[in-house]
Amino acid sequence: MKTKLINQSNCRPVITEPGNSALLKTGTWRTLEPVLNKEHCINCLLCWLYCPDMSVIVRDGKVEGFDMDYCKGCGICALECHGKKGEKAILMRKEEKE
Amino acid sequence: MKKMTAVTGNEALAEALRQINPDVCAAYPITPQTDMMQRFSDFVADGLVDTELMLVESEHSAMSACIGASAGGGRVATATSGPGLALMWEMLYVASGMRCPIVMPVINRALSAPLNIHCDHSDAMGARDSGWIQLWSENAQEAYDNLIMAFRIAEHADIRLPVMVCMDGFIISHSLGVMEFLADDVVRKFVGDFTPQDALLDIGRPVSYGPLIVTDQYHEYKKAQNDIMSSVFDVAADVATAFENISGRHYGLFETYKLEDAEIGIVVLNSAAGTCKDMIDEAREDGVKIGLLKPRLFRPFPYGPIGDALEHLKVICVLDRSDSFGAFAPLFSEIAASLYPRANRPFLINRIYGLGGRDFMPEHVASVINEMIEITGHKTTVLPKKYISLRQ
Repeated sequence: MKTKLINQSNCRPVITEPGNSALLKTGTWRTLEPVLNKEHCINCLLCWLYCPDMSVIVRDGKVEGFDMDYCKGCGICALECHGKKGEKAILMRKEEKE
Repeated sequence: MKKMTAVTGNEALAEALRQINPDVCAAYPITPQTDMMQRFSDFVADGLVDTELMLVESEHSAMSACIGASAGGGRVATATSGPGLALMWEMLYVASGMRCPIVMPVINRALSAPLNIHCDHSDAMGARDSGWIQLWSENAQEAYDNLIMAFRIAEHADIRLPVMVCMDGFIISHSLGVMEFLADDVVRKFVGDFTPQDALLDIGRPVSYGPLIVTDQYHEYKKAQNDIMSSVFDVAADVATAFENISGRHYGLFETYKLEDAEIGIVVLNSAAGTCKDMIDEAREDGVKIGLLKPRLFRPFPYGPIGDALEHLKVICVLDRSDSFGAFAPLFSEIAASLYPRANRPFLINRIYGLGGRDFMPEHVASVINEMIEITGHKTTVLPKKYISLRQ
Protein backbone atom coordinates (compact mmCIF):
# COMPACT_ATOMS: atom_id res chain seq x y z
CA MET A 1 0.00 0.00 0.00
CA LYS A 2 1.33 3.43 -0.94
CA THR A 3 1.79 5.70 2.07
CA LYS A 4 -0.68 8.59 2.27
CA LEU A 5 1.41 11.75 2.36
CA ILE A 6 0.65 14.62 4.73
CA ASN A 7 -0.41 17.87 3.10
CA GLN A 8 -2.33 21.05 3.89
CA SER A 9 -5.70 19.27 3.93
CA ASN A 10 -4.84 16.38 6.24
CA CYS A 11 -2.21 18.04 8.45
CA ARG A 12 -3.58 16.94 11.82
CA PRO A 13 -1.72 14.78 14.36
CA VAL A 14 -4.80 12.68 14.97
CA ILE A 15 -5.40 8.94 14.58
CA THR A 16 -9.04 8.43 13.67
CA GLU A 17 -9.04 4.63 13.06
CA PRO A 18 -8.31 2.50 16.12
CA GLY A 19 -5.80 -0.34 15.66
CA ASN A 20 -4.25 0.98 12.46
CA SER A 21 -0.60 0.42 13.42
CA ALA A 22 -0.42 -2.55 11.02
CA LEU A 23 -0.74 0.02 8.21
CA LEU A 24 2.60 1.54 9.21
CA LYS A 25 5.38 -0.43 7.50
CA THR A 26 8.35 -0.31 9.85
CA GLY A 27 10.83 -2.30 7.78
CA THR A 28 12.05 0.64 5.72
CA TRP A 29 15.21 1.27 7.74
CA ARG A 30 16.63 -2.24 7.22
CA THR A 31 20.17 -2.56 5.77
CA LEU A 32 20.66 -6.33 6.25
CA GLU A 33 18.14 -8.98 5.23
CA PRO A 34 17.72 -12.54 6.50
CA VAL A 35 18.06 -15.32 3.91
CA LEU A 36 16.48 -18.71 4.63
CA ASN A 37 18.05 -21.93 3.39
CA LYS A 38 15.39 -24.61 4.02
CA GLU A 39 17.90 -27.44 3.50
CA HIS A 40 19.57 -26.54 6.79
CA CYS A 41 16.32 -25.76 8.68
CA ILE A 42 15.05 -28.22 11.30
CA ASN A 43 12.00 -26.04 12.11
CA CYS A 44 12.97 -25.61 15.75
CA LEU A 45 11.17 -22.22 15.51
CA LEU A 46 13.72 -20.43 17.70
CA CYS A 47 13.83 -17.70 15.04
CA TRP A 48 10.05 -17.28 15.34
CA LEU A 49 10.32 -17.25 19.14
CA TYR A 50 13.15 -14.70 19.28
CA CYS A 51 12.03 -12.31 16.54
CA PRO A 52 11.31 -9.00 18.39
CA ASP A 53 8.61 -8.25 15.79
CA MET A 54 6.34 -10.84 14.16
CA SER A 55 8.38 -11.09 10.99
CA VAL A 56 9.10 -14.85 10.82
CA ILE A 57 6.32 -16.49 8.82
CA VAL A 58 5.41 -19.98 10.05
CA ARG A 59 2.80 -22.26 8.45
CA ASP A 60 1.89 -25.73 9.72
CA GLY A 61 4.84 -25.65 12.10
CA LYS A 62 7.33 -24.86 9.35
CA VAL A 63 9.35 -21.71 8.71
CA GLU A 64 8.21 -20.26 5.40
CA GLY A 65 10.16 -17.02 5.20
CA PHE A 66 10.04 -13.44 6.49
CA ASP A 67 7.56 -10.57 6.44
CA MET A 68 9.78 -7.91 4.93
CA ASP A 69 7.23 -5.11 5.58
CA TYR A 70 8.19 -5.25 9.26
CA CYS A 71 11.60 -7.05 9.43
CA LYS A 72 14.21 -4.50 10.52
CA GLY A 73 17.16 -6.74 9.73
CA CYS A 74 18.31 -6.96 13.35
CA GLY A 75 19.78 -10.46 12.75
CA ILE A 76 18.56 -12.04 16.00
CA CYS A 77 16.96 -14.89 14.01
CA ALA A 78 20.28 -15.64 12.31
CA LEU A 79 22.14 -15.43 15.63
CA GLU A 80 19.77 -17.85 17.35
CA CYS A 81 19.58 -20.26 14.41
CA HIS A 82 21.16 -23.70 15.18
CA GLY A 83 20.64 -25.06 11.69
CA LYS A 84 21.63 -28.62 10.80
CA LYS A 85 25.07 -30.13 11.48
CA GLY A 86 26.69 -26.79 12.06
CA GLU A 87 25.23 -25.13 8.95
CA LYS A 88 22.88 -22.22 9.78
CA ALA A 89 19.57 -22.03 7.99
CA ILE A 90 19.39 -18.22 8.34
CA LEU A 91 22.22 -15.93 7.26
CA MET A 92 22.20 -12.15 7.04
CA ARG A 93 23.35 -10.39 3.90
CA LYS A 94 23.49 -6.77 2.79
CA GLU A 95 20.21 -5.84 1.18
CA GLU A 96 20.34 -4.36 -2.30
CA LYS A 97 17.95 -1.38 -2.30
CA GLU A 98 16.29 -0.35 -5.52
CA MET B 1 -24.05 58.21 18.59
CA LYS B 2 -20.97 56.22 19.35
CA LYS B 3 -20.44 55.55 23.04
CA MET B 4 -16.82 56.13 23.87
CA THR B 5 -15.44 54.73 27.13
CA ALA B 6 -12.20 55.40 29.01
CA VAL B 7 -10.59 52.05 29.88
CA THR B 8 -7.18 50.46 30.27
CA GLY B 9 -5.93 47.97 27.70
CA ASN B 10 -6.31 45.12 30.17
CA GLU B 11 -9.90 46.13 30.90
CA ALA B 12 -10.67 46.19 27.18
CA LEU B 13 -9.29 42.67 26.64
CA ALA B 14 -11.05 41.28 29.72
CA GLU B 15 -14.31 42.71 28.34
CA ALA B 16 -13.70 41.06 24.96
CA LEU B 17 -13.16 37.71 26.69
CA ARG B 18 -16.37 38.21 28.71
CA GLN B 19 -18.30 38.88 25.51
CA ILE B 20 -16.77 35.87 23.73
CA ASN B 21 -17.34 33.59 26.74
CA PRO B 22 -14.77 30.83 25.99
CA ASP B 23 -15.39 27.28 27.25
CA VAL B 24 -12.05 26.97 29.05
CA CYS B 25 -9.44 29.45 30.22
CA ALA B 26 -6.27 28.15 31.93
CA ALA B 27 -3.99 30.93 33.10
CA TYR B 28 -1.23 31.83 35.51
CA PRO B 29 -0.73 35.39 36.75
CA ILE B 30 2.22 37.44 35.56
CA THR B 31 2.66 41.22 35.46
CA PRO B 32 1.40 43.05 33.41
CA GLN B 33 -1.17 40.42 32.35
CA THR B 34 -2.36 39.72 35.92
CA ASP B 35 -4.75 42.65 36.09
CA MET B 36 -6.52 41.43 32.96
CA MET B 37 -7.05 37.83 34.07
CA GLN B 38 -8.03 39.06 37.54
CA ARG B 39 -10.82 41.08 35.94
CA PHE B 40 -11.84 38.04 33.91
CA SER B 41 -11.86 35.84 37.02
CA ASP B 42 -14.31 38.33 38.54
CA PHE B 43 -16.61 37.71 35.57
CA VAL B 44 -16.34 33.97 36.23
CA ALA B 45 -17.03 34.43 39.96
CA ASP B 46 -19.99 36.70 39.24
CA GLY B 47 -21.49 34.19 36.82
CA LEU B 48 -21.25 36.54 33.82
CA VAL B 49 -19.50 33.84 31.77
CA ASP B 50 -19.75 30.04 31.66
CA THR B 51 -15.99 29.64 31.31
CA GLU B 52 -14.21 26.88 33.23
CA LEU B 53 -11.34 28.88 34.74
CA MET B 54 -8.37 26.61 35.53
CA LEU B 55 -5.88 28.04 38.00
CA VAL B 56 -2.69 26.17 37.19
CA GLU B 57 0.80 26.11 38.73
CA SER B 58 2.79 27.63 35.87
CA GLU B 59 2.53 28.95 32.31
CA HIS B 60 3.84 25.63 31.00
CA SER B 61 0.88 24.02 32.71
CA ALA B 62 -1.46 26.77 31.51
CA MET B 63 -0.61 26.14 27.87
CA SER B 64 -0.67 22.36 28.42
CA ALA B 65 -4.17 22.60 29.93
CA CYS B 66 -5.29 24.84 27.06
CA ILE B 67 -4.02 22.27 24.54
CA GLY B 68 -5.89 19.50 26.34
CA ALA B 69 -9.08 21.53 26.49
CA SER B 70 -8.77 22.52 22.84
CA ALA B 71 -8.16 18.91 21.75
CA GLY B 72 -11.12 18.01 23.95
CA GLY B 73 -13.29 20.18 21.73
CA GLY B 74 -13.61 23.51 23.54
CA ARG B 75 -13.11 27.14 22.62
CA VAL B 76 -10.03 28.07 24.65
CA ALA B 77 -8.26 31.28 25.66
CA THR B 78 -5.41 32.23 27.96
CA ALA B 79 -3.10 35.23 28.38
CA THR B 80 0.48 35.83 29.44
CA SER B 81 3.47 38.19 29.41
CA GLY B 82 7.27 38.09 29.07
CA PRO B 83 8.82 35.23 31.05
CA GLY B 84 5.42 33.51 31.19
CA LEU B 85 5.42 33.23 27.41
CA ALA B 86 9.01 32.01 27.57
CA LEU B 87 8.01 29.24 29.98
CA MET B 88 5.26 28.17 27.53
CA TRP B 89 7.82 27.78 24.73
CA GLU B 90 7.76 23.99 24.45
CA MET B 91 3.95 23.87 24.47
CA LEU B 92 3.55 26.70 21.93
CA TYR B 93 4.90 24.38 19.25
CA VAL B 94 2.60 21.58 20.45
CA ALA B 95 -0.43 23.89 20.23
CA SER B 96 0.33 24.94 16.65
CA GLY B 97 1.47 21.47 15.54
CA MET B 98 -1.75 19.97 16.95
CA ARG B 99 -3.81 22.65 15.16
CA CYS B 100 -5.36 23.91 18.41
CA PRO B 101 -7.11 27.25 17.74
CA ILE B 102 -6.20 28.75 21.13
CA VAL B 103 -6.34 32.55 21.41
CA MET B 104 -3.88 34.30 23.71
CA PRO B 105 -3.35 37.98 24.46
CA VAL B 106 0.38 38.60 25.02
CA ILE B 107 0.89 41.72 27.10
CA ASN B 108 4.43 42.48 25.94
CA ARG B 109 7.04 42.52 28.69
CA ALA B 110 10.84 42.28 28.90
CA LEU B 111 12.63 39.00 29.53
CA SER B 112 14.93 38.48 32.50
CA ALA B 113 17.77 38.98 33.42
CA PRO B 114 18.02 41.58 34.76
CA LEU B 115 14.49 41.31 36.10
CA ASN B 116 12.21 43.85 34.40
CA ILE B 117 8.43 43.94 34.22
CA HIS B 118 8.06 46.72 31.64
CA CYS B 119 7.23 46.87 27.97
CA ASP B 120 9.53 45.14 25.48
CA HIS B 121 8.79 42.95 22.46
CA SER B 122 11.41 40.28 23.15
CA ASP B 123 8.76 37.90 24.51
CA ALA B 124 6.59 37.67 21.39
CA MET B 125 9.59 37.92 19.06
CA GLY B 126 11.02 34.86 20.77
CA ALA B 127 7.83 33.01 19.79
CA ARG B 128 7.66 34.26 16.22
CA ASP B 129 8.75 30.88 14.75
CA SER B 130 6.44 28.77 16.91
CA GLY B 131 3.72 28.41 14.27
CA TRP B 132 1.36 30.85 16.02
CA ILE B 133 -0.36 33.63 14.13
CA GLN B 134 0.64 37.03 15.58
CA LEU B 135 -1.50 40.17 15.55
CA TRP B 136 0.02 43.37 16.98
CA SER B 137 -1.99 46.27 18.42
CA GLU B 138 -1.23 49.98 18.84
CA ASN B 139 -3.78 50.74 21.55
CA ALA B 140 -6.66 49.31 23.59
CA GLN B 141 -9.12 49.68 20.70
CA GLU B 142 -6.91 47.74 18.29
CA ALA B 143 -6.15 45.08 20.90
CA TYR B 144 -9.88 44.65 21.62
CA ASP B 145 -10.72 44.48 17.91
CA ASN B 146 -7.80 42.13 17.17
CA LEU B 147 -8.82 39.80 20.00
CA ILE B 148 -12.36 39.47 18.61
CA MET B 149 -11.04 38.92 15.08
CA ALA B 150 -8.43 36.44 16.40
CA PHE B 151 -11.13 33.90 17.28
CA ARG B 152 -12.57 34.02 13.76
CA ILE B 153 -9.11 33.60 12.19
CA ALA B 154 -7.96 30.84 14.58
CA GLU B 155 -11.16 28.82 14.26
CA HIS B 156 -11.54 29.17 10.47
CA ALA B 157 -11.92 25.68 8.97
CA ASP B 158 -8.92 26.16 6.67
CA ILE B 159 -6.68 27.56 9.43
CA ARG B 160 -7.27 25.98 12.86
CA LEU B 161 -4.13 27.54 14.32
CA PRO B 162 -3.45 29.42 17.57
CA VAL B 163 -3.25 33.23 17.60
CA MET B 164 -1.34 35.66 19.82
CA VAL B 165 -2.70 39.18 20.19
CA CYS B 166 0.18 41.43 21.23
CA MET B 167 -0.35 44.64 23.21
CA ASP B 168 2.26 46.80 24.96
CA GLY B 169 2.61 46.13 28.68
CA PHE B 170 1.85 49.07 31.01
CA ILE B 171 1.98 51.68 28.22
CA ILE B 172 -1.36 50.30 26.97
CA SER B 173 -2.30 47.57 29.46
CA HIS B 174 -2.36 49.92 32.47
CA SER B 175 -3.03 53.31 30.85
CA LEU B 176 -6.46 54.77 30.32
CA GLY B 177 -7.44 55.32 26.72
CA VAL B 178 -10.69 56.14 24.97
CA MET B 179 -12.29 53.40 22.92
CA GLU B 180 -15.57 52.01 21.71
CA PHE B 181 -16.98 48.64 22.76
CA LEU B 182 -19.25 46.58 20.58
CA ALA B 183 -22.51 45.26 22.03
CA ASP B 184 -22.36 41.78 23.57
CA ASP B 185 -24.78 40.26 21.06
CA VAL B 186 -22.89 41.80 18.13
CA VAL B 187 -19.62 40.25 19.32
CA ARG B 188 -21.22 36.86 20.00
CA LYS B 189 -22.85 36.79 16.60
CA PHE B 190 -19.58 37.81 14.91
CA VAL B 191 -17.52 35.16 16.67
CA GLY B 192 -20.26 32.54 16.25
CA ASP B 193 -20.55 29.08 17.78
CA PHE B 194 -17.41 27.01 18.09
CA THR B 195 -17.19 23.95 15.83
CA PRO B 196 -14.82 21.33 17.27
CA GLN B 197 -12.71 19.16 14.98
CA ASP B 198 -11.66 15.66 16.09
CA ALA B 199 -12.80 16.37 19.65
CA LEU B 200 -11.37 13.96 22.22
CA LEU B 201 -14.64 14.20 24.14
CA ASP B 202 -16.63 12.96 21.14
CA ILE B 203 -16.88 9.42 22.51
CA GLY B 204 -18.90 8.28 19.51
CA ARG B 205 -15.82 8.81 17.32
CA PRO B 206 -12.71 8.01 19.36
CA VAL B 207 -9.41 9.54 18.21
CA SER B 208 -5.82 9.59 19.46
CA TYR B 209 -3.81 12.82 19.53
CA GLY B 210 -0.06 13.20 19.21
CA PRO B 211 1.35 10.18 17.34
CA LEU B 212 5.03 9.84 16.48
CA ILE B 213 5.96 11.08 13.04
CA VAL B 214 9.66 10.64 12.35
CA THR B 215 11.86 10.93 9.26
CA ASP B 216 9.22 9.57 6.90
CA GLN B 217 6.71 12.46 7.12
CA TYR B 218 7.73 15.10 9.71
CA HIS B 219 9.28 17.12 6.87
CA GLU B 220 6.00 17.01 4.92
CA TYR B 221 4.04 17.88 8.08
CA LYS B 222 6.06 21.07 8.64
CA LYS B 223 5.68 22.05 4.98
CA ALA B 224 1.92 21.61 5.39
CA GLN B 225 1.99 23.95 8.43
CA ASN B 226 3.86 26.49 6.33
CA ASP B 227 1.23 26.21 3.57
CA ILE B 228 -1.61 26.69 6.08
CA MET B 229 0.13 29.77 7.50
CA SER B 230 0.44 31.13 3.98
CA SER B 231 -3.34 30.97 3.59
CA VAL B 232 -3.84 33.14 6.70
CA PHE B 233 -3.37 36.36 4.67
CA ASP B 234 -6.66 35.91 2.79
CA VAL B 235 -8.57 34.71 5.85
CA ALA B 236 -7.30 37.60 8.01
CA ALA B 237 -8.28 40.06 5.27
CA ASP B 238 -11.78 38.53 4.95
CA VAL B 239 -12.29 38.59 8.71
CA ALA B 240 -11.19 42.25 8.79
CA THR B 241 -13.77 43.08 6.10
CA ALA B 242 -16.50 41.32 8.09
CA PHE B 243 -15.35 43.18 11.20
CA GLU B 244 -15.49 46.52 9.41
CA ASN B 245 -19.15 45.78 8.63
CA ILE B 246 -20.05 45.50 12.32
CA SER B 247 -17.67 48.13 13.71
CA GLY B 248 -16.96 50.68 10.99
CA ARG B 249 -13.25 50.25 11.77
CA HIS B 250 -10.96 49.27 8.91
CA TYR B 251 -8.00 46.96 9.37
CA GLY B 252 -5.46 45.83 6.79
CA LEU B 253 -2.61 43.35 7.29
CA PHE B 254 -0.61 46.50 8.11
CA GLU B 255 -1.38 50.20 8.49
CA THR B 256 0.20 53.01 6.52
CA TYR B 257 0.23 56.64 7.60
CA LYS B 258 0.99 59.42 5.09
CA LEU B 259 3.19 56.98 3.22
CA GLU B 260 2.01 57.39 -0.39
CA ASP B 261 3.98 60.56 -1.27
CA ALA B 262 6.67 60.08 1.39
CA GLU B 263 10.41 59.98 0.73
CA ILE B 264 11.45 58.74 4.15
CA GLY B 265 9.58 56.40 6.45
CA ILE B 266 9.43 54.78 9.86
CA VAL B 267 8.44 51.14 10.41
CA VAL B 268 7.39 50.35 13.97
CA LEU B 269 5.11 48.01 15.91
CA ASN B 270 2.47 48.73 18.56
CA SER B 271 2.13 51.79 20.81
CA ALA B 272 5.24 53.65 19.63
CA ALA B 273 3.44 54.16 16.31
CA GLY B 274 1.18 56.71 18.05
CA THR B 275 4.11 58.88 19.12
CA CYS B 276 5.63 58.54 15.65
CA LYS B 277 2.41 59.66 13.94
CA ASP B 278 2.31 62.83 16.04
CA MET B 279 5.90 63.64 15.12
CA ILE B 280 5.24 62.84 11.46
CA ASP B 281 2.43 65.43 11.54
CA GLU B 282 4.90 68.01 12.92
CA ALA B 283 7.60 67.13 10.39
CA ARG B 284 5.04 67.35 7.57
CA GLU B 285 4.25 70.93 8.69
CA ASP B 286 7.96 71.66 8.16
CA GLY B 287 7.75 70.20 4.65
CA VAL B 288 9.39 66.84 5.40
CA LYS B 289 7.86 64.11 3.24
CA ILE B 290 7.64 61.37 5.81
CA GLY B 291 5.27 58.48 6.48
CA LEU B 292 4.90 55.37 8.59
CA LEU B 293 4.15 51.67 8.21
CA LYS B 294 2.94 49.64 11.17
CA PRO B 295 2.67 45.86 10.68
CA ARG B 296 -0.45 44.32 12.23
CA LEU B 297 -0.06 40.72 11.04
CA PHE B 298 3.54 39.79 11.92
CA ARG B 299 3.10 36.02 11.47
CA PRO B 300 2.60 35.13 8.72
CA PHE B 301 4.50 38.17 7.40
CA PRO B 302 3.09 39.86 4.25
CA TYR B 303 6.46 40.45 2.53
CA GLY B 304 5.00 41.26 -0.90
CA PRO B 305 2.42 43.91 0.06
CA ILE B 306 4.81 45.52 2.58
CA GLY B 307 7.56 45.63 -0.06
CA ASP B 308 5.07 47.28 -2.44
CA ALA B 309 4.17 49.89 0.16
CA LEU B 310 7.78 50.75 1.03
CA GLU B 311 9.86 50.44 -2.15
CA HIS B 312 9.34 54.03 -3.32
CA LEU B 313 11.03 55.44 -0.20
CA LYS B 314 14.62 56.71 -0.15
CA VAL B 315 15.38 55.98 3.50
CA ILE B 316 13.60 53.80 6.06
CA CYS B 317 14.25 53.58 9.77
CA VAL B 318 13.02 50.33 11.31
CA LEU B 319 12.42 50.80 15.02
CA ASP B 320 12.69 47.62 17.08
CA ARG B 321 11.65 47.23 20.72
CA SER B 322 13.62 43.97 20.96
CA ASP B 323 17.04 42.91 19.82
CA SER B 324 18.95 39.94 18.53
CA PHE B 325 22.30 40.49 20.20
CA GLY B 326 25.11 40.67 17.68
CA ALA B 327 22.61 40.68 14.80
CA PHE B 328 19.84 42.83 13.34
CA ALA B 329 16.61 43.03 15.33
CA PRO B 330 13.58 40.98 14.24
CA LEU B 331 11.41 43.63 12.54
CA PHE B 332 14.38 45.02 10.62
CA SER B 333 15.22 41.58 9.23
CA GLU B 334 11.67 41.19 7.89
CA ILE B 335 11.63 44.65 6.31
CA ALA B 336 15.03 44.00 4.72
CA ALA B 337 13.72 40.69 3.35
CA SER B 338 10.61 42.48 1.96
CA LEU B 339 12.77 44.95 0.05
CA TYR B 340 15.75 42.86 -1.07
CA PRO B 341 14.05 41.46 -4.23
CA ARG B 342 13.16 44.99 -5.42
CA ALA B 343 14.97 46.85 -8.18
CA ASN B 344 15.03 50.07 -6.13
CA ARG B 345 15.97 49.37 -2.59
CA PRO B 346 15.53 52.09 0.04
CA PHE B 347 18.45 52.79 2.39
CA LEU B 348 17.66 50.93 5.62
CA ILE B 349 18.68 51.65 9.18
CA ASN B 350 17.78 49.74 12.33
CA ARG B 351 17.30 51.67 15.56
CA ILE B 352 16.66 49.91 18.88
CA TYR B 353 14.43 51.83 21.30
CA GLY B 354 12.51 51.37 24.52
CA LEU B 355 13.95 48.10 25.85
CA GLY B 356 12.61 47.19 29.28
CA GLY B 357 10.10 50.04 29.17
CA ARG B 358 12.58 52.88 28.48
CA ASP B 359 10.39 55.86 27.55
CA PHE B 360 10.06 56.53 23.84
CA MET B 361 9.59 60.28 23.60
CA PRO B 362 8.81 62.66 20.73
CA GLU B 363 12.44 63.86 20.72
CA HIS B 364 13.58 60.30 19.98
CA VAL B 365 11.36 60.22 16.90
CA ALA B 366 12.73 63.65 15.93
CA SER B 367 16.27 62.31 16.18
CA VAL B 368 15.62 59.44 13.79
CA ILE B 369 13.76 61.77 11.41
CA ASN B 370 16.79 64.09 11.40
CA GLU B 371 19.09 61.17 10.83
CA MET B 372 17.05 60.05 7.81
CA ILE B 373 17.02 63.59 6.38
CA GLU B 374 20.83 63.71 6.67
CA ILE B 375 21.17 60.34 4.95
CA THR B 376 18.85 61.47 2.13
CA GLY B 377 20.94 64.60 1.56
CA HIS B 378 24.44 63.22 1.82
CA LYS B 379 24.17 59.45 1.57
CA THR B 380 26.36 59.44 4.64
CA THR B 381 27.80 56.24 5.94
CA VAL B 382 25.94 55.37 9.11
CA LEU B 383 25.89 52.47 11.46
CA PRO B 384 23.13 50.17 10.20
CA LYS B 385 22.12 49.22 13.75
CA LYS B 386 22.25 51.55 16.73
CA TYR B 387 20.58 51.99 20.12
CA ILE B 388 18.77 55.31 20.52
CA SER B 389 17.83 57.21 23.72
CA LEU B 390 20.87 55.83 25.52
CA ARG B 391 21.76 57.65 28.77
CA GLN B 392 24.98 59.62 28.50
